[in-house]
Amino acid sequence: MSKLEPTAEQIKEQKLYADMGMSDEEFALAESILGRTPNWTETGLFSVMWSEHCSYKNSKPVLRKFPTKGPQVLQGPGEGAGIVDIGDEQAVVFKMESHNHPSAIEPYQGAATGVGGIIRDVFSMGARPIAMLNSLRFGELESERNKYLFEEVVAGIAGYGNCIGIPTVGGEIQFDPCYEGNPLVNAMCVGLIDHKDIQRGVAAGVGNTVMYVGAKTGRDGIHGATFSSEELSEESEEKRAAVQVGDPFMEKLLLEACLEVVKSDALVGIQDMGAAGLTSSSAEMASKAGTGVEMNLDLVPQRETGMTAYEMMLSESQERMLIVVKTGREDEIKAIFDKYGLDAVAIGRVTDDKMLRLLHNGEVVAEVPADALAEDAPVYHKPSKEPAYFAEFQAIENAEPEVTDYKETLTALLKAPTVASKEWVYDQYDYQVRTNTVVSPGSDAAVLRVRGTNKGLAMTTDCNSRYIYLDPETGGKIAVAEAARNIVASGAEPLAITDCLNFGNPEKPEIFWQLEKSADGISAACTALNAPVIGGNVSLYNERSGEAVYPTPTIGMVGLVKDLSHVTTQEVKQAGDVVFLIGETKTEFGGSELQKLVHGKIFGKAPSIDLEVEAKRQKAILSAIRSGLVQSAHDVSEGGVAVALVESTFSANDLGIYATLEGSAITALFSESQSRFIVTVKEENAGEFEDIIPDAKRIGVVTDDAKITINGDAGVLVEGTVEEFRSAWKGAIPCLVKSEA
Amino acid sequence: MTKVKIYVTLRESVLDPQGFAVQGSLAKMGYNEVSDVRIGKYLEVTIGETTRDLDSLVKEMCEKLLANTVIEDYRYEVEEEN
Amino acid sequence: MKFAVLVFPGSNCDIDMYHAIKDELGEEVEYVWHDATDLSEFDGILVPGGFSYGDYLRCGAMANQSNVMAEVKKAAAEGKPVLGVCNGFQILTEAGLLPGALLRNKNLKFMCRTVQLKVENNDTLFTNQYEQGQIINIPIAHGEGNYYCDEETLANLKANNQIVFTYSGENPNGSLEDIAGIINERGNVLGMMPHPERAAHELLGSADGLALFKSIVKQWREQHV
Repeated sequence: MSKLEPTAEQIKEQKLYADMGMSDEEFALAESILGRTPNWTETGLFSVMWSEHCSYKNSKPVLRKFPTKGPQVLQGPGEGAGIVDIGDEQAVVFKMESHNHPSAIEPYQGAATGVGGIIRDVFSMGARPIAMLNSLRFGELESERNKYLFEEVVAGIAGYGNCIGIPTVGGEIQFDPCYEGNPLVNAMCVGLIDHKDIQRGVAAGVGNTVMYVGAKTGRDGIHGATFSSEELSEESEEKRAAVQVGDPFMEKLLLEACLEVVKSDALVGIQDMGAAGLTSSSAEMASKAGTGVEMNLDLVPQRETGMTAYEMMLSESQERMLIVVKTGREDEIKAIFDKYGLDAVAIGRVTDDKMLRLLHNGEVVAEVPADALAEDAPVYHKPSKEPAYFAEFQAIENAEPEVTDYKETLTALLKAPTVASKEWVYDQYDYQVRTNTVVSPGSDAAVLRVRGTNKGLAMTTDCNSRYIYLDPETGGKIAVAEAARNIVASGAEPLAITDCLNFGNPEKPEIFWQLEKSADGISAACTALNAPVIGGNVSLYNERSGEAVYPTPTIGMVGLVKDLSHVTTQEVKQAGDVVFLIGETKTEFGGSELQKLVHGKIFGKAPSIDLEVEAKRQKAILSAIRSGLVQSAHDVSEGGVAVALVESTFSANDLGIYATLEGSAITALFSESQSRFIVTVKEENAGEFEDIIPDAKRIGVVTDDAKITINGDAGVLVEGTVEEFRSAWKGAIPCLVKSEA
Repeated sequence: MTKVKIYVTLRESVLDPQGFAVQGSLAKMGYNEVSDVRIGKYLEVTIGETTRDLDSLVKEMCEKLLANTVIEDYRYEVEEEN
Repeated sequence: MKFAVLVFPGSNCDIDMYHAIKDELGEEVEYVWHDATDLSEFDGILVPGGFSYGDYLRCGAMANQSNVMAEVKKAAAEGKPVLGVCNGFQILTEAGLLPGALLRNKNLKFMCRTVQLKVENNDTLFTNQYEQGQIINIPIAHGEGNYYCDEETLANLKANNQIVFTYSGENPNGSLEDIAGIINERGNVLGMMPHPERAAHELLGSADGLALFKSIVKQWREQHV
């Protein structure tokens, strides 16, 4: 052994547990559970399993608000990923997870291992991963550091996803000063499974064998889960050792091997060794099955020499899985991993005493009830307090930002990095591999076909954190509603969501209030739109030098396209088609792109949303699409109707739009009122379309001159060629990162 | 045990865009005296007991796998250990 | 006609190649694992894209050391059609079945997009269903597709009409002479960076790649009636 570990007495007297993120009360609780003072390894087990990242101790009361059930839900939160039925004995499996802190320290590897982790969560359920999405937040691209983080995070996502051969088909990116130094990197994986192959992470069947499969264990990432449950500080850079390095090639082999193994009835349970590695996988698998697990750590495949039990249990080396196999059939399983050149080693067995017992060098080095680690973490009901800014913002009357030149303003909005084309990003992602991608990145939602059927899956990630900052409850509703609008505009029906709750330090009552309120909003919208929450993750302590990021509960949604003929994209299709605007436009600029452009900050009320109207409208749009009446559909979001109109001409061949908007020009062009769509319909179908959607307003026509003309009550507001708007929109990000397109 | 240090670089005639980009960055940082940057790979190969001639063994490995002589050159240094 | 789709550890376009042949062409096709030692039952060999061995060391370098590659060389020597796409092209150059090498893209980034290719030579067993000079839409997805060879090799390629596809319009990766795909002197081994198997169905944006596979089948049928 390299150095002597502190004794139980030293841990207690010198409060060494505090360095692992445990409070005095938590340590006392651990002592009372064990009936003695925990040793070094055991303290490590408790600290990591009771970290926010693994136990959700601060967010559990909030997570309980979410609707998680529905006839379509086969597996809700609690497993590697949630599962939703899509008919024909098939199901879709998906989950989103954050990797914010590792990405702030080492952006390439942080993002890459975030992708790797979420992929494992999906294939540990027995599903073949079919698509990746992401949701990213950075500080403004003006600074070199932010450019570096942005470029490296994108490269890390591409490096991992491309190599493993899962298409990255969608995502969203916002830039705002609040993410300076604390970028958000949320990755989502979607998988497909036959009902009969669904696996659970359970250590069932006393006497069964516990096997370790995949990459060897090293000292990388020790205490990563604890690290991610703390605020970033200047010292964080020194915690670089806690960042793991990803090996997508190893994961590709592990993926193929595991998908072969799940077909075997020798397999009892399987779980990813993600955060808190061997500790969380073994304790959770035992706890879920009501059993115990005993493991001999001498047998763990190791990459480094002289590793202690503590180090092995807390390592977050990547590309590893823990599986439970029927006794006597280990060799069958081993043969499958052998084919891929992977380790598969029996390291323990399932016991009936509900204990997690660890042996090392012939001695019992830890003995802790599995439930105590996996289930009995303390739950905190943090104090919640409405922040002073909220009342101030609510008191501000809605008003239009001042704008003189509409065309110049529209061009500036198109160049705003949050609105601008993300082609520079997705050009680096292989979004076509496995040849199922029907709608590529850049439209409202990505659509993949389900091979062998005539169905498709639409998927998107969404979250406008500016609205949520101004008004967490309303903003939470909008995040879900916008995701659903994107799904519906693509011709699909929302199935369910996964979420990544990225917030600041929950010990601050104002931050906890943001978390609570936005969860209320998300829950209400999920219920109204029939899209339950089937899983996700919580990332707290997203702060840099005491300043929290905007509350950013990212929503990942998947919808079902019943027939591929329903697939609809945002670009206009044919000259002569009628352009409709659906939904009421009000003067709503709180948190809008225009407000940020004009004032350099956001304030006031978030746009209002009526979930009843939203749900009814989405149903109507979907039914019009399914009736074959809709040529193109696009939801109106950042930048308002003007941006939505020009965007819908960008990938159309030489088409343009001639439109006339009513009311005050600035509101008509740029307001971010919710629940609105731009839809184009063939002239001959316009009447029938209006029968289905009576409040649809004809605002214009698709033209064949590749020009944009938007008129107001008093004449022309905006006039220009599609090309000039497109080049502004397309060139903005490459120009900011100074790279060739 | 013998440690062999192998350096694999792109051949002179082959454009090295990575080296070019690094040179650009160095210039931006004010290191204008840098006139060229070439990026390559460095491998440490530890060889146990062998009856083969070390040079021919290393050359063979380089030619067959470690370098692609269509685009890369290699050289190596032998460092005896123990 | 019976195709083999080779699968190396890290191949990831194997399934795309397989389905293009099976679903769109209706021909026989099987996956063949990299340690196979006999390809004699197959009429055509497809080396798919992906990241064999993680692209570690050099793209295609380690795949070239697999058992199956000796069999691929044998099949090529027998005159059977061998097609390498993307990583498959890289493997075929590493194997010496095609001249030159693939370097990193000039912008140092992976790129995924649909590009226009020009058919420079339609008198091959892979391109007989295209028009000479035809412009086709085929996706690319690679980080190292920048074709390089020395001047003498280039002169030979030109003299023998071995340049089969070039990028039309923008050259995405810095390839010498806009080269996107080349064939061996004998005319039975084709390597190309763009992915014809990804352009096998209108639903996915283009079906321009199908003619390549149809060409192979047509030629084979004519020789095996």
